[in-house]
Amino acid sequence: MIQTFPKGGIHPAEDKFSAGTPIRVLPLPKKVSIPVSQHLGAPSEPIVKKGDKVKTGQLIAKSKGFVSTNIHSSVTGTVTKVDKMPDSSGYKRLAISIDAEEDQWEEGIDNSKTLNRNISATGEEITGKILDAGIVGLGGATFPSHIKLSVPRGKKAEVLIINGVECEPCLTSDHRLMLEKGEELMVGIQLLMKALNVKRALIGIENNKPDAIRHLSSIANEYEGTEVRTLQVKYPQGAEKQLIKAIINREVPSGKLPIDVGTVVHNIGTAFAVYEAIQKNKPLIERVVTVTGKKIESPSNFMVRIGTFVSDLVEASGGLPDDTGKVINGGPMMGKALDNLDVPVTKGTSGIVIVPSAEAKRKPVLNCVRCAKCVGICPMGLEPYLLQAATEFKKWDLVENERSLDCMECGSCSYICPSGRPLLDYIRLGKSTVNKIIRSRKQ
Amino acid sequence: MSDIVINSIITVSAMGTAAAVILFLVARKFNVVEDPRIDLVEEELPAANCGGCGLPGCRAFAEALVRADDISDLKCPVSSSEDMAKIAVILGKEIAEQDPLVAVVRCAGTPDKRSKTSIYDGAPSCTIESSLYTGESNCPYGCLGLGECVEVCKFDAIFMNPETMLPEVIDDRCTACNACVVACPRDIIELRKKNKKDRKIFVACINEEKGGVARKSCKVACIGCGKCLKACKFEAITLENNLAYIDPVKCRLCRKCPPECPTNAIPEINFPERKAAAEAS
Amino acid sequence: MDKLITVSPSPHAYGDDTVKKLMYGVVYALVPALVISVYFFGIGALIVTSISIVSCMAFEYLIQKYLMNARPSITDGSALVTGLLLAFNLPTNLPWWIIIIGALVAIGVGKMSFGGLGTNPFNPALVGRVFLFISFPAQMTSWPEPIVSRLQYADATTGATPLGVVKEGLNAGVPVSRLMEQIPGYMELFIGHMHGCLGEISALALIAGGLYMLAKKIITWHIPVSIFLSVFLFTGILWLINPYDNADPLFHLLTGGLVLGAVYMATDYVTSPMVPKGMWIYGTGIGVITVAIRVWGAYPEGVSFAILIMNAFVPLINKYVKPERFGEEVKNG
Repeated sequence: MIQTFPKGGIHPAEDKFSAGTPIRVLPLPKKVSIPVSQHLGAPSEPIVKKGDKVKTGQLIAKSKGFVSTNIHSSVTGTVTKVDKMPDSSGYKRLAISIDAEEDQWEEGIDNSKTLNRNISATGEEITGKILDAGIVGLGGATFPSHIKLSVPRGKKAEVLIINGVECEPCLTSDHRLMLEKGEELMVGIQLLMKALNVKRALIGIENNKPDAIRHLSSIANEYEGTEVRTLQVKYPQGAEKQLIKAIINREVPSGKLPIDVGTVVHNIGTAFAVYEAIQKNKPLIERVVTVTGKKIESPSNFMVRIGTFVSDLVEASGGLPDDTGKVINGGPMMGKALDNLDVPVTKGTSGIVIVPSAEAKRKPVLNCVRCAKCVGICPMGLEPYLLQAATEFKKWDLVENERSLDCMECGSCSYICPSGRPLLDYIRLGKSTVNKIIRSRKQ
Repeated sequence: MSDIVINSIITVSAMGTAAAVILFLVARKFNVVEDPRIDLVEEELPAANCGGCGLPGCRAFAEALVRADDISDLKCPVSSSEDMAKIAVILGKEIAEQDPLVAVVRCAGTPDKRSKTSIYDGAPSCTIESSLYTGESNCPYGCLGLGECVEVCKFDAIFMNPETMLPEVIDDRCTACNACVVACPRDIIELRKKNKKDRKIFVACINEEKGGVARKSCKVACIGCGKCLKACKFEAITLENNLAYIDPVKCRLCRKCPPECPTNAIPEINFPERKAAAEAS
Repeated sequence: MDKLITVSPSPHAYGDDTVKKLMYGVVYALVPALVISVYFFGIGALIVTSISIVSCMAFEYLIQKYLMNARPSITDGSALVTGLLLAFNLPTNLPWWIIIIGALVAIGVGKMSFGGLGTNPFNPALVGRVFLFISFPAQMTSWPEPIVSRLQYADATTGATPLGVVKEGLNAGVPVSRLMEQIPGYMELFIGHMHGCLGEISALALIAGGLYMLAKKIITWHIPVSIFLSVFLFTGILWLINPYDNADPLFHLLTGGLVLGAVYMATDYVTSPMVPKGMWIYGTGIGVITVAIRVWGAYPEGVSFAILIMNAFVPLINKYVKPERFGEEVKNG
């Protein structure tokens, strides 16, 4: 049975050029810059200073507060700077720069490829270890994973959902991971199930990845309680609430979390990182990043150390093409455009998409013709045209009452608009203003 | 024929009388007694409803004035001090003298002074561009040039200069209502004391980067060298976060600091030209 | 990197729908009806259509360029659609100067006075048609004989529409069953062999175009279906109560430009509601008002008035009818 979510959604061109390229390990970078804020929540606190020698996997910044996590060095070398560095928005944020010399791993880390299926850790140990290893949601939201595993009192998780949808066009990192690290993933899922104390795990995969569905289904039989669910291709199915609706047909109420309907969603990449953290004692210092684009020489999937510069990555896949109009950190629907390539790969970087100049510019903006297409495709059942106008005319109470905060910024409205209107640009502004207003009201 | 005329007159008059009676009764019943001084005060106010006083419109401000015991905290940035004096007479209350202010744009990064490093292709709003990234130039502090300040100005006192790509304030029209200051996502616009003949001396930069970095992003950036500090005899200039700031109240417009600035980040506006002799010395 | 790269907020991918494409989609959908019309009314249909299109586009261009000082956007096809729809609502023997007046009112008053495409509360083509209908009732209610008058324009022999025949007959006290003998059979009506406005005659061609628009996702089904359903139910009830004085529902569906109105005029983006639930309210309203005018009103035909009346309610509908929000009611299964 092929499942999907019923409300809204679009079908952007998939353009998954790198789906057939196996994951390559990117050669060790000479220099890395590791921002202390790679996750949602409070930035971590650096515990190294200039001149310190660090080993690969060594803790260099500590979790600060509940919604925060640890950060580890991804190379062995000398700390050259603990200072503000431009992040992907160009604004300066605190980062730790390290000159890499060699690759000597911190003691206790098992850096071998052997599969370890033997689960010995208890649920609590698993959750604790996930915080220690600095694991965050690798789908792009970078929400610290240990929080999702700490089920609040009075609530109960019934089923774990694993997000293998990868509905963003172009990106293939999760797809490759499912094909190449299937067994490890399954062990990771078992670990997550144990931490949550649930008996069932459902892996959602869209049917544009039949090889991954076949592969994971065949090994899922060996693992108790896991099951692969085939999903119809539709964007934004990888959004948490849409995925839950598609797989177990429950709607997370507005302003609530998945745990309120008895489920927790984790990404494929996260499951792999959990496997490595628990079974191999290896913190999150590398991830799979897709480098792709229509004009790029060799679209690839790389296993990349966190903190590697985007320019190094692009170089490894054939260099920046002459016809480059835009460089996106992430997928084309929700990724962030970069204005230069000297920014580091962070825990949330799922891909780098190079867009040729012909496709880099937006359509000219025309009047809204009220075609209602944005209303029809909004997966959250909002009215983007109205939110946009209300924001433009600063009617903040209307923006708030029309449920702008339910918007997850999937970009479907801007995608579909025949008049090329910057709907999401304004909705985002509306959301942040409404958030500010709500915060000031509470004080 | 005459029947129709007479009938119409009677009907219409009857309806009119009935309506008048109803209106009279309703007006009596729902009459709200209002302090008559509110109307008098409101008449003296500029009726621009700009919100510069922090209240929703001039009527609300008038009400606040009448209600308050001490009106020295209530300021209308648009009204002249004579207007406010009149209001004080109406209310029989003391009023604080206020210096007239004017909006000043603290960025001089014209296109030839800072190079363009990317093309912004989003919604034409400074706030949206600013929340996305540092902007088309390298300077994360500079003006983005999309004119949100122009949009919010109710007095047409600020416009985008198409050559410099920077907003310019028309001092005569500016009422210092603060709307542009609030609108600018980069806090570039400041309200400063209005001087004679609209003369101005201020640091036209808010870049807090270290000297080299600031200089790299813009040729007229304040590099925090502190030369102006030494030139100032009135201790009007302070240096914080690699950025000089001239206190508008302490500054006596002596014109000592502008020539000292190595990056020409301190403009002098509406001054007579310097004498050649003064330049030589 | 010599060239500057572009930075914009997400999303960075865009669909290939444009206003132009959608508008030309409507034009393509109208072609079959135009062809049928030319078959029945001949040169009259061609003359009226061309005058209407040319003058609508000319007025749009002139008003944008000289009155609004804006860059003319006639290439987006919206004026073409208005011109075509206006022509579809006119008899094929209408004098040329009346068509031009109609185009001026449609574009000038109906569209541009509100600020152009996207801001007009009423369907411009219908504003033009209703203006002409009230100003030139004689010319607007003489319809050329189909097929016979193929080679005639202003001097065509004319007759009454089926709805007109029924209305007049009922007013004179003739029972419906007798009147039905004077009008063509249902199959003829379906194909379009009857007196009527240029484009409203052939339900067959109009429905074919409508299906094309549905397939291309230019319109959604809610508005046409709700209009058809409400007209069918309302006239059906009246017919069941009193078959002696009321025509049957099928007759009402096939005549008087109901299909044209329901599929092309009521679904106009700008003047129809945004949310499916609102579209149902709007469509049902149009259906009920249409039947009310036809049965109890002074005019034999009421689709245009019904659409314009419901257009006025659209802002209200948009304000109060909201889409089904995700996660609003907890529906857990």
